[in-house]
Amino acid sequence: MAINVSLSVNGQAVSRDVQPNRLLVDFLREELGLTGTHVGCDTSQCGACTIHLDGLPVKSCTMLVVQADGARITTIEGLAPDGDGGDLHPMQEAFRQNHGLQCGFCTPGMVMAGIGIAQRHGLPSNDVIRAELDGNFCRCTGYHNIVKSIAAGAKAMAMTGAKTVAETGGE
Amino acid sequence: MPDDMNQIKGGVHQAVAHDSAARHVSGSAIYVDDIPEPRDLLHAYMGMSDRAHARIKKLDLSEVEAAPGVVSVLSARDIVGENDISPAHTKDEPVFAAEVTEFVGQPLFVVGAETRDQARRAARLAKVDYAELPAITDLDAALAKKATVAPPQELKRGNAAAAIEAAPHRLSGRIRTGGQEHFYLEGQIAMALPGEGDEMRVFSSTQHPSEVQQSVARVLGLADNMVTVETRRMGGAFGGKESQPSLFATVAAMVARDAGRPAKIRPDRDDDMIMTGKRHDFIIDYEVGFDNAGRILGVDYKLASNCGYSADLSAAINGRALFHLDNCYYLPAARMKALPLKTNRPSNTAFRGFGGPQGMAAGERVIDEIAFALGLDPLEVRKRNLYGVGERNETPYGQIVEDNVIPEIIGELEKSADYAARRREIAGFNEKSPYLKKGIALTPVKFGIAFTARHLNQAGALVHVYTDGSIHLNHGGTEMGQGLMTKVAQVVAEEFQVDLEHVVVSAARTDKVPNTSPTAASSGSDLNGKAAQLAARQIKDRLTAFAAEHYEVSADSIEFLPNRVRVGNQEIPFPDLVQQAYMARISLSAAGFYKTPKIHFDFETGQGRPFFYYAYGAAVSEVTIDTLTGEYRVDRVDILHDVGRSLNPALDLGQIEGGFIQGMGWVTSEELVWSDDGRLLTHAPSTYKIPTCGDRPRDFRINLLEGAANREDTIYASKAVGEPPLMLALSVLHALSDAVASVGRHKTCPRLDLPATPEVILAAVARVRGEAQDD
Repeated sequence: MAINVSLSVNGQAVSRDVQPNRLLVDFLREELGLTGTHVGCDTSQCGACTIHLDGLPVKSCTMLVVQADGARITTIEGLAPDGDGGDLHPMQEAFRQNHGLQCGFCTPGMVMAGIGIAQRHGLPSNDVIRAELDGNFCRCTGYHNIVKSIAAGAKAMAMTGAKTVAETGGE
Repeated sequence: MPDDMNQIKGGVHQAVAHDSAARHVSGSAIYVDDIPEPRDLLHAYMGMSDRAHARIKKLDLSEVEAAPGVVSVLSARDIVGENDISPAHTKDEPVFAAEVTEFVGQPLFVVGAETRDQARRAARLAKVDYAELPAITDLDAALAKKATVAPPQELKRGNAAAAIEAAPHRLSGRIRTGGQEHFYLEGQIAMALPGEGDEMRVFSSTQHPSEVQQSVARVLGLADNMVTVETRRMGGAFGGKESQPSLFATVAAMVARDAGRPAKIRPDRDDDMIMTGKRHDFIIDYEVGFDNAGRILGVDYKLASNCGYSADLSAAINGRALFHLDNCYYLPAARMKALPLKTNRPSNTAFRGFGGPQGMAAGERVIDEIAFALGLDPLEVRKRNLYGVGERNETPYGQIVEDNVIPEIIGELEKSADYAARRREIAGFNEKSPYLKKGIALTPVKFGIAFTARHLNQAGALVHVYTDGSIHLNHGGTEMGQGLMTKVAQVVAEEFQVDLEHVVVSAARTDKVPNTSPTAASSGSDLNGKAAQLAARQIKDRLTAFAAEHYEVSADSIEFLPNRVRVGNQEIPFPDLVQQAYMARISLSAAGFYKTPKIHFDFETGQGRPFFYYAYGAAVSEVTIDTLTGEYRVDRVDILHDVGRSLNPALDLGQIEGGFIQGMGWVTSEELVWSDDGRLLTHAPSTYKIPTCGDRPRDFRINLLEGAANREDTIYASKAVGEPPLMLALSVLHALSDAVASVGRHKTCPRLDLPATPEVILAAVARVRGEAQDD
């Protein structure tokens, strides 16, 4: 008893029949091949699966695809449509420049969460970033460079007025 | 002259970004679960024991076999080769329990199905008839029972009993250190692809591809040359992927071989935490004799470690615990015994520090005890007991500490962190503050670098130079986030004097570099960097000989300059020289091999030189505790750490900071809770608390020791950095201890066990306050 869902993923219209218990993260990874969104803890605590849904960061490992029907989704791949060869989103660039990663497994979720923080707070203080990032685990870095990256990324976003692909409707 | 003619981009000592950074931020870095799934892929899942210790009277898998989508169901009786994945060849660790199950979560069978969901559902349908056996489910019970998984070990120097007896002061006590879950963000995972004939290719998230290769071959009954293991990167490992990945790779390969289809297994996070080993929890009893100045005269340590149900790497972990009881302190007489105890728990395993942190925690506790007994600042007692330079410098295991920089580190850090003034300020604060109390502590670290199993101190590397001048590098080390691939590529770029962008590192593969050691013991860049250097130098020597002959100049007049080669009076771009060499039929590929010199150890006498050198560091931590709730926060941390001449300061700083925070988790919030019947109750991050962003120190200052070239001949005079910084976090424990002690006017040693959770702090505050009132 598959259910038809229609949603926008990284600016592309997607329409599929899915099982009602299909998790959004599995749909993104397995059906759309968007494997940049990672599964860390399976229970929406580590934040490795963070995506944007209608412009807000959400954890995709505990959300059903059917709940996302009609939504506008951006994944890590949708921030820089040309992949790692092309221009990076200012938040991605900030993580790269500030060594805001080690094993990289939490990084896509951190970048997505970081953009959310910047969008809500403009130029967030370190204390705001620390508090806001409590739902994203990193086991490698100790967070220092991640906080630094988000602060730098937010600043760059404020300067460039960066928008994600989904926000611009893919234009 | 353009910049790239003066200095190459990305040579050694430069703070270049991680080689996968651009891929990580864009989500295009491939982990095992991201590899495009092959056609006909099966998903595997394991059925687990529900008893800590029981005879398996009957394992009825008929419902599992009949479940939707199930293709393959395999248990111990289906193993063609050996039912053994013990990493140290102790033959005590089966893939599947056959007759007796020894821990809750022990694998009993594997099911391969069309979807992961089907495999997970089917794995729950087994009917197991157990006859319960007596179980040892915690370390106290194990200590009473004294069943071991490996022989007890002992290190001795002089007559400790007599020295303690004759000392002006004596005291004794006990410290407990808790276990620790690795919580690698990427869980265990493997995918196996059957090839032609008996071939099996395995993608594994492992620190030890060669061991996975050997395990898969042994269980499938194949020769090693039939199995190829590939590891591009791991999403964190921390020791948790040194021996543990064999299980997952093996069962994936079993399903793949049985069904003739590729198979992948990725356990759910909770199951991963339930099934796999963790850091050993220890109970350490100590007795120490010391003089009026607080100098240790003799010490006796008895270590009991919770090894779980099998040996795994416990013998070496117990050994390293013994080797680090001294930490930075000279012990004129010492007796140290380690008892690797068996419990009905998952087999505890490698975790960053590998026993070192547990030993060091006990060593630092003893110092703290002496300070309280004599009413001295613990830092003063630390300084009085430090290894000397040229004297008082022999370890209890006979190695001379030749590279001691710890007095210098402590001196500099004391100054830069303003330790003395802050200690006075804190005393003033505590006078006036009734409920919030502050504490400060400085603790040092000395960590031995080399595998204590001598044969593991070897590495191989493969370097190819292609005719366009681009370079391909492969070595036996694995990438888990530490930046090993970047560092080794920097070494090769430096050797050839080409920009780093011309060097590409490929995945660790057992068919490229064979018989590798695990990427562990902090030795990844020491070993693989040297091997890669030796490979590159062979090719460089051939290019030099070719150029000398071809251009009729002396070899002395040939120099590898940034991105070009000077040959006599002319400069030739590197790719051009390579192309000319190829046309002249010069081999442009080489394998390098390195073995660490100087190390030896006699396990019979407990004497030798197990370590090539030591890495040092020290940290000052300041904390505030709430004496009404036991809650606390870390206000400020200053670190000064010795990485020799850093191969890459950005990566090294990352290791220090990350290691410290992980160590802070071990000493503060990470608490594993088990039920009396041997069930892990904290099997998800909802109940098991690793440090989050808000936990990091409010003020965090990290510096690398300047001008600290390694005295030994290591790769570009650098030092290992993976594990040592974890133990800097003991400064947080001792700062907490200092804060707690203030409620008893610093008369009573708080004797904090690890992890010092808020509950532990609250209880210690009550105890210390009570003892002060009794006085």
